[in-house]
Amino acid sequence: MSRKIGDVILDLQNISLRFGGVKALTDISFNIREHEVRAIIGPNGAGKSSMLNVINGVYHPQDGKIFYRGAERKKMEPHMAASTGIARTFQNIGLFKGMSVLDNIMTGRTLKMKSNLLLQALWFGPARSEELAHRRKVEEIIDFLEIQHIRKTPVGRLPYGLQKRVDLGRALAMEPQILLLDEPMAGMNVEEKQDMCRFILDVNDQFGTTIVLIEHDMGVVMDISDRVVVLDYGKKIGDGLPDEVRSNPEVIRAYLGAGH
Amino acid sequence: MLYRENGQFKTSYAADQQVFTIAQDKWFVLGVIAFAFIGVPMLVDEYMFRAILIPFLILSLAALGVNLLVGYCGQITLGAGAFMAIGAYAAYNFFVRIEGMPVVLAMLLGGGVSAAMGVLFGIPSLRVRGLYLAVATLAAQFFCDWAFLRISWFTNDSSSGSVSVSNLKMFGWTIDSPVDKYLFCLGVMVVFAVLAKNLTRATVGRQWMAIRDMDVAAEVIGIRPMYSKLSAFAVSSFFVGVAGAMWGFIHLGSWEPAAFSVDRSFQLLFMVIIGGLGSILGSFFGAAFIVVLPIFLNQFLPALGDLVGISISTAAVSHAELIIFGSLIVFFLIVEPHGLARLWSIAKEKLRLWPFPH
Repeated sequence: MSRKIGDVILDLQNISLRFGGVKALTDISFNIREHEVRAIIGPNGAGKSSMLNVINGVYHPQDGKIFYRGAERKKMEPHMAASTGIARTFQNIGLFKGMSVLDNIMTGRTLKMKSNLLLQALWFGPARSEELAHRRKVEEIIDFLEIQHIRKTPVGRLPYGLQKRVDLGRALAMEPQILLLDEPMAGMNVEEKQDMCRFILDVNDQFGTTIVLIEHDMGVVMDISDRVVVLDYGKKIGDGLPDEVRSNPEVIRAYLGAGH
Repeated sequence: MLYRENGQFKTSYAADQQVFTIAQDKWFVLGVIAFAFIGVPMLVDEYMFRAILIPFLILSLAALGVNLLVGYCGQITLGAGAFMAIGAYAAYNFFVRIEGMPVVLAMLLGGGVSAAMGVLFGIPSLRVRGLYLAVATLAAQFFCDWAFLRISWFTNDSSSGSVSVSNLKMFGWTIDSPVDKYLFCLGVMVVFAVLAKNLTRATVGRQWMAIRDMDVAAEVIGIRPMYSKLSAFAVSSFFVGVAGAMWGFIHLGSWEPAAFSVDRSFQLLFMVIIGGLGSILGSFFGAAFIVVLPIFLNQFLPALGDLVGISISTAAVSHAELIIFGSLIVFFLIVEPHGLARLWSIAKEKLRLWPFPH
């Protein structure tokens, strides 16, 4: 599938989120178009991760509206967001430590598995064939991410870079419409970053998945994203093409401080 | 040298998803089961059946149920004894009140009632976790202790408060002698162990483990916490309830609520912790450890005393038994907090490389 940026898929309007007296997000509006790579940047504590948590239903904003494919989204729990096709990875890796790589990625297929408990207990008929069919899909993801050699390894034993990759694999197993990536390259060396960039672009290109990306590495952000939104202290201070954002004086002030 | 998987290639996902992917494992386990069915009844005397093997089989079934909940789903419970009691009394009521009720069906229905109660008492797990959940499940224990003692309908208005069943028949087979009882328990246990293994390698088992390891991430990828937790409570309580029914019907014959006191709940929890959380095999190790070790110490200590010329009184033996038993538990938890099952898998890892470890 060749990549062509489509209509607005997710539209956030005037989102405000408070925790008690702390304002995490104040009156933020931006939209995400289908098939694009949308980056969210900003200094630490700007509210980037909170923004992702709002999008996939972990946090419930006090004010604002969210439109998903044109329809207003009411109160949303994370597993409901998942069933509408929103997947995410975690900043500090949310893998299931006691399980193997294969099982971790298989959990991403949960929503697509329909057989009942009794058949699963008997390992019989539909339950068995379903399990094997999903195993086939998961193996495709394992091939895609080039992690064949570790498929039976418990994830707790893997190095950090590979864990990040498995985290991405688990999200991909959901075959998401929108993929939220929370700092997918944090703590990686240059080669690992290059690999990860390649995977993200391949996902975007081959599957047409819309990608929302939080990243601190400006080089990466400017290279791979189509549009960038900048947050600072819970407010939106910039939004646009990478070049526009880079030359925006307010963004420069937020990153470099007022004196420069 | 013998334990190698060299040359055992898998050509389909079906072959790769087997329970035992290594042929030696499969033959070993099948051999053990065959020996248990054929060899053991020929070798063992009646005392052994009554005092060790039957309690071991039934308690390992209960421990398996507890392990599904605590070890796989990460929801700690102190109410296992209560669910054994519910299984036993529900099966009893089905058995005596309905004419011609088959024993096996009564036990399964008892397990079903226990599963329903498990879901009910599992509801707090949607809000609280860890020690707080343990306290909430303890409520089930105290409630059942009270209900089966005070509400005489449950005990079919028996005047002494204890209930008894006899004349257990299944398809014309009277389960009467210790060997019969042993074979019945063994059969049930093998079937349930297979069911448990299948559940834990299927999607529901992965959902339980996902909830255990990282519940926020689990929810974000589409796992419904309510379904996962309550299904774990239901399945676990079903296993424990069937074990309770067997404990009453087969092992005790006649029983009162004290047979399923809070001590039993703790005992089952210790079994899964010592055996290995999140391991089917661990449930059996834990049950064996807790059932067999006290009896072994009981027999072994006087013999040891005679050897060195000291006669040890019965009271001293029972005290020493508790001391040694307690210290062994502490020792195991320090040396291997993941339980006996982990020791077993480490041994297998080593055996694969033996005798050339490099």
